[in-house]
Amino acid sequence: MTKKRTYKNPLPGLNPETLSGALIVIEGADCSGRSTQIRLLSEWLEQNGYAVTQVGLTRSKLIGPALARAKEGNILSPRTMSLFYATDFYDQIENTIVPALNAGYIVLADRYIYTLMARDIVRGANPEWVESLYSMAVVPDAVFFLLTSSQNLIERTLTSHQSLDYWESGMDIGLSRDWYDSFIRYQRSLRNEYKNLQVHYGFETINGNRTIGSIQKDLRAKIEAVLEKVYAG
Amino acid sequence: MGEPGISGKLIAVEGLDGSGKSTQIYLLHQWLLGLGCKVFFSEWNSSVIVKDATRKGKRKHLLTPTTFSLIHATDFADRYERQILPMLKAGYLVLCDRYIYTSFARDGVRGCNPGWLRKLYGFAKNPDVTLYFKLPLTTALGRILEGRIKLQYFEAGMDLGLSIDIRESFQIFQRMVMDQYERMSEEFGFTIVDASRSIPIQQETIRGLISNRIDLSQYKQRVKR
Repeated sequence: MTKKRTYKNPLPGLNPETLSGALIVIEGADCSGRSTQIRLLSEWLEQNGYAVTQVGLTRSKLIGPALARAKEGNILSPRTMSLFYATDFYDQIENTIVPALNAGYIVLADRYIYTLMARDIVRGANPEWVESLYSMAVVPDAVFFLLTSSQNLIERTLTSHQSLDYWESGMDIGLSRDWYDSFIRYQRSLRNEYKNLQVHYGFETINGNRTIGSIQKDLRAKIEAVLEKVYAG
Repeated sequence: MGEPGISGKLIAVEGLDGSGKSTQIYLLHQWLLGLGCKVFFSEWNSSVIVKDATRKGKRKHLLTPTTFSLIHATDFADRYERQILPMLKAGYLVLCDRYIYTSFARDGVRGCNPGWLRKLYGFAKNPDVTLYFKLPLTTALGRILEGRIKLQYFEAGMDLGLSIDIRESFQIFQRMVMDQYERMSEEFGFTIVDASRSIPIQQETIRGLISNRIDLSQYKQRVKR
């Protein structure tokens, strides 16, 4: 069994080595198909007898509602926003992820620190500051990054929402007055930042420009290998 | 001398609950206004945006040491970037009732890593003057315990499980916070104020000290109000 650890100093009161279970992260842009894949994975894992918990960004009871309100008003500075997200993240780590791992669950995380870090850095945050901010995060057993072309992303976004989202288009940064143009440029800079983070944190890229079924097949094969190691014995 | 682009001056007060720092900074504020200075006052944990989440977290005891620390950092960042820093750039005297050292002390006691905390607040400028209100622990405890009927859960450090008795927990927690302040005093060059003296004596000392360290004539309002 592989011992869990945190990136740097652990959370106050937590010994990561005592954690069991498996933390599996799916990263990727909005509309890259993450939620569909996670739903299918969750069903499959439960069929196979694993207990599963799902977590995602801004789902904390503590901060979730305040964060949603703040985003509507659009008056937070990027750093305040970063810290709001970080509070939400650690609230979920301590109140959901750690207890679930303690109980031997599989935690499927719909995005993790990498998305948060990439968004902050693209908005001009100091990478070292961001790295330190998230340094108490539990290191996942596997991170899969669904890489989808901008063209596919924008098609999927428009098909499901009929409009582009203000934040997902990076309109707050002022890259362009044109939403379409801003979306493409914002997603491109995010992708570049993910690549930088990938070098540092080592996650696996999954080609997201395929059918739901073939992506799922790919993920299941990789996750099976991870679970064999984690749940051996 | 100050940093480029920052012509204002930052004055912070720190110390235990009950050390009288809020009274003193209030009086200092009034005096500076009376002199016709451009002054801005900011208080720990007062950002409107973050307030709801903080209140909810505190009421329901939802906060862990990490989220307690982060929620205060969020509050601070909001005030710092929208008010404190712009005011400093515009040449104001900025008075802060508690600054980042409050987090270093309290969150440090709660077990947050000191290096992590210092990095977290790494974006904040060091004050030009930090007044640390020092007084014997028993005096500070007495002022709070005698004057207040009910202590708050987090201010008493009840989340640390130091004691099931809230008054006892408060006393232990305050001693630990005091130790942290004492240790930081040299690291960050605090100016120590003897908080056991009478209110007007302290204020006189502080006014003298501030006018020595800062050329107040530079901070006068150009347009009379």
